[in-house]
Amino acid sequence: MREALEGSQAIARAVSLCKPDVVAAYPITPQTHIVENISKLVAEGDLHTEFVSVESEFSAASVVLGAAAAGARAYTATASQGVLLMAEVLFNIAGMRIPLVMTVANRAVSAPLSIWNDHGDSMAVRDSGWIQLHAADNQEAVDTTIQAFRITQETELPVMVCMDGFILTHTLEVIDLPEQSVIDDFLPAFEFNRRLDPADPKSLGTLVDPGYFAEVRHSHHAAMQKALSVIKDTDSAWETATGRACGGLLTVEGDPGAAVGIVAMGSTVGTLRAGMAHTPEAGPAKLIKLRAFRPFPTQALIEATQGLDHLIVIDRAISPGLGGILGTEIAAILADVPNAPKIHNHALGLGGRDIPETIYADLIEAIKDPDAPLIFDADMAKLAPEDR
Amino acid sequence: MIEFRIHGRGGQGSVAAAYLLAAAAFEAGMMCQAFPAFGAERRGAPVTAFVRIGHGPIHLRSQVRTPDWLIVQDNSLLIDPNLTAGLKAGGSMLVNSGRDSAEVAQTFGCRALCVDATQMAVEEIGRPIPNTALLAAFLGLTGILPLDALATALKGRFHGKVLEDNLRLIERAAQSVPTGAWKETEDA
Repeated sequence: MREALEGSQAIARAVSLCKPDVVAAYPITPQTHIVENISKLVAEGDLHTEFVSVESEFSAASVVLGAAAAGARAYTATASQGVLLMAEVLFNIAGMRIPLVMTVANRAVSAPLSIWNDHGDSMAVRDSGWIQLHAADNQEAVDTTIQAFRITQETELPVMVCMDGFILTHTLEVIDLPEQSVIDDFLPAFEFNRRLDPADPKSLGTLVDPGYFAEVRHSHHAAMQKALSVIKDTDSAWETATGRACGGLLTVEGDPGAAVGIVAMGSTVGTLRAGMAHTPEAGPAKLIKLRAFRPFPTQALIEATQGLDHLIVIDRAISPGLGGILGTEIAAILADVPNAPKIHNHALGLGGRDIPETIYADLIEAIKDPDAPLIFDADMAKLAPEDR
Repeated sequence: MIEFRIHGRGGQGSVAAAYLLAAAAFEAGMMCQAFPAFGAERRGAPVTAFVRIGHGPIHLRSQVRTPDWLIVQDNSLLIDPNLTAGLKAGGSMLVNSGRDSAEVAQTFGCRALCVDATQMAVEEIGRPIPNTALLAAFLGLTGILPLDALATALKGRFHGKVLEDNLRLIERAAQSVPTGAWKETEDA
């Protein structure tokens, strides 16, 4: 049913529709409303789950790890410093291939302290081996959360659903929450074949000597690559069930004949879409909305960028000393592709810097400027001359 | 698309006002988006919230920089000359204040109307929270959305005595302003 809902409230309801057996989370801005709303659903008797209030994110991740390893459908949510405090456990969850779902309400990482949005937190655990999917709006965040529960049990890989903190979590908009019967048909009962079972004892995450570690990593990498088709197929199945899709691995919109492409993840896509519609004088572009960041849809990206002269890659985090993260990855992917577009990598919206509609025209204009800064919206006037 | 900026102080329900206005637009069959200027909110500190409503999908996610309408919940915020920054030509501000409307209009160079929403709120709900009264006055002035849509939105958020008192308050506040006086600028 379509309702006007705050993003966080909608996520709590979506999680509830997926009937998790165990939820463990520690509140942190801007994820707090998700956890508050879940605990409210539990308190009011609308959600029957083992809700574990923990004393830290390390424990939240540990509880859901244990719960899922024991065969429970498990969910957690966090952001920023919470992601970092979980980091050790997140690598363990992925390394042991434990299926569970986590929402990251993307927020910048300290220092300096910032409660506002960027992608520094989920990027910091980019190499943990989790599937990372980015939502461009709250409908996608809801739909992707539900899909994530199916993807995780099909792939036995944990899934992180990334949604921009505040920009999505605290925005009320029109969201369609499917009926329970739709979810029940879409999402099979949770079964984890490798679950810890006293009747069939086994160990998970034990010491692996150099004779097997490389093979474990190899098969994890292979499992992530196989997950590409699962992500895509799950979105197709969702479209069949609800009439709505989130764009599989990535989507291309805008002018198919444009010589300029723009790649972005998350809520920036909407602002770029508005900018493209309202400033036609800036010229057309192909807008590539990247949904799957891990596993990376290499082939789909190569296909989406064919025929482009220029590709603007937007990061919402940087790797200091190198540059944009997504930009560097895409440059590597396209390095061997004949006639690949020239890449213009910019970071935007760091630490919650508001991204205006005019950014579309400004980015296109900056193609001509070889000295356009990496952090595109940084105000050089605020910097010491030696830092400019 | 119509854009609103709501200025208030922590505790006056500015974010709730934004959510209610957007929810009312949804009840009236429109698309909507509402969000606060995210910060570390505390009671008494200036708070800004934003609303967009329209008949088509709303893609833009930036803060509202060029509002069609301003709703100001606290008289003390009128000391800020940048309050009306970005207000579209022909845009108007509705202010919770006992000050003279013509004087406020002259100060800010835009159409302005002052209503004593705090007084009405104190009398009807027993608390100095002006948000629902201001929204109702705004809808009365502009006719952008029917008052019923706001009532429905309130029913989705409150219940019991708080709801009853607020329903009475919005009826009174809507009647306290000249009905449809700002209707001509409606461009939904």
